[in-house]
This record gives sequence, structure tokens and C-alpha cells, in this order.
Amino acid sequence: GIEKIEAGGIVLCCLQTRTGVKFVITAEPSTPDLDLMLREIYVLYSDCALKDPFYELEMPIRTDLFTSAVDALLERFDSRGTKVR
Amino acid sequence: MSRSQTPSSILDRPIGRSGRGSGSEGMVSLSAFAYLYSELVQYHQSRVASISELERRLESAGYGVGLRVLELLAYRARETKRETRLMNILHFISSNVWKSLFGKAADSLERSIDHADEFMIVDYEPITSTFVSVPADLGQLSADAYISGIIAGVLEGAGFTARVTAHSVAVEEGEYTKPPAMPNLPPRKDKAVFLVKFSREVLARDAALER
Repeated sequence: GIEKIEAGGIVLCCLQTRTGVKFVITAEPSTPDLDLMLREIYVLYSDCALKDPFYELEMPIRTDLFTSAVDALLERFDSRGTKVR
Repeated sequence: MSRSQTPSSILDRPIGRSGRGSGSEGMVSLSAFAYLYSELVQYHQSRVASISELERRLESAGYGVGLRVLELLAYRARETKRETRLMNILHFISSNVWKSLFGKAADSLERSIDHADEFMIVDYEPITSTFVSVPADLGQLSADAYISGIIAGVLEGAGFTARVTAHSVAVEEGEYTKPPAMPNLPPRKDKAVFLVKFSREVLARDAALER
């Protein structure tokens, strides 16, 4: 399946799981560790969305726990990026 | 004919596979429990019409667990006397029962100031709601109703009639200093408070025993 698309000013990275779920992330071209982030998001998805009894499969994910966990993950990656430079 | 060694009964042996090392006896993975509990909630949700009915079903599911846990722990501890005092049974629940079920003692046990018959057991990270986000249209529901059912079962089995309810209370800044048990999830915004309201006969009996 699609792994990575680089186009004008944007990078699109995709992770396809063995169960057929696709995780797609769009970012600026210079962002490092996109596939690592996708893997972390996969873990968060299986934790917050699949274990939540109020989440129905195939519906858009509106759970607070998932959104706040993804936000925290993005912040962690952001701070790590600035330290490297 | 007598045997030199007493055969271990099924009540003495921990559940789960032995031979995996002493640390994991009697322990199940949190994910397995989370998926099973999620299915339990979904099963009941498809069959009820209101939030309070769902909570009642979860509580009755936990009730049976409470009764059995009380018997098992009392048997394993080889206590010759059973608890008859209120504070003792509450301490038993918040330390022994919690430790055997969740691996740690409850975070605090408090007595209500306004009502003499109300006590509160607080847990900052109950495992039944670690992964649950209650949607806005089910605002009042607490997924920890299962645990309040367990507490009610233990109390009823010990002879203390009580009504136990679970509430999610927002955690204040700086109230909880331990690092979250799940490292990749953000710290929880609310704790679970189990309100235990004893019936009048229990309080009268306890007061009579005090003298």
C-alpha cells in the first residue's frame, strides 16, 4: 500500500496495519520520525478508541481521551525536535 | 490411612497459569480486562433505555464479585473472627480487597462531614474507567459502577447494608502527585469517589457495640 507521498510543500505518510486500518498523517517536509509517530498513534488508537465501550467502529473518533493523548504526543515530538536542532 | 501432605484445595491456589514466575500469578493483563469490560458495558447498553438502568446493571454485575471476594479473602487470611465494626470493614475493603483486586490499596478513606452515615473511598486511577471517555449525552454515567457493586457486595456479605454509588470528581491542581500508571496516556482529569451510605440499623448497631 501507500507508504509515503512527497509533493509540493507537503509530506503524506501512511501506516497500514494487518487488520486493514490505515493511519494517514500530513506534515511539513522537514518533519522527522513520521513513521514512529504513526506507530505511537496506532498504540493510542488501540488503547483509547478500541477499549472505550462508547466508541462505535468506523465512526469518527470523538473521545476526549484520544484527542488529548494525541495532543500530548504531538507536544512531546515537537519539544524533542527543537532539542535536536 | 492418612496422607503426609494436605492436598491444596482450589481456594488456596491462585487462578491463572502457574510456572510463569511468582510475580504474575493471579494477574491478568490490563488490556484483556479492558476489552472484556468494554464488551460488558456495550452488552448492557444495547439492552437498557436509561443511564440509571445501565448503572444498576453494572452494579449488580459487580455485586456477585464482591460476595465471592469477601469469602475468598476471609478464607485465605485464616481469620477466626469476622469483622463486626464499621471502621474495620471499611479498612478491610480499602486495603485488602483493593490490593487483591487491583494490586494497590485505595488512595483514601474519608468520612463525610455533613452526614454521619456516609463514607467515601477514593481511587485516583480505577481500572474500569482508564480507557473510557463518556460522551456528552451520557453525562452522569460513571463506568466505575462495577466497582461500587463490588463494594456493595462485600458489605452485604459482611452484614452491613449500604448503598454505594460511584462519582467522578475533578482532580484539583497538585492533589495527585504520583506519575500516571499509563505512561502514554495523559494524566486523568478526574478521580473516582465511591460514596458508601450505611443504613440506620447498621449505625445504631455500631454505636451499641461502641459502648
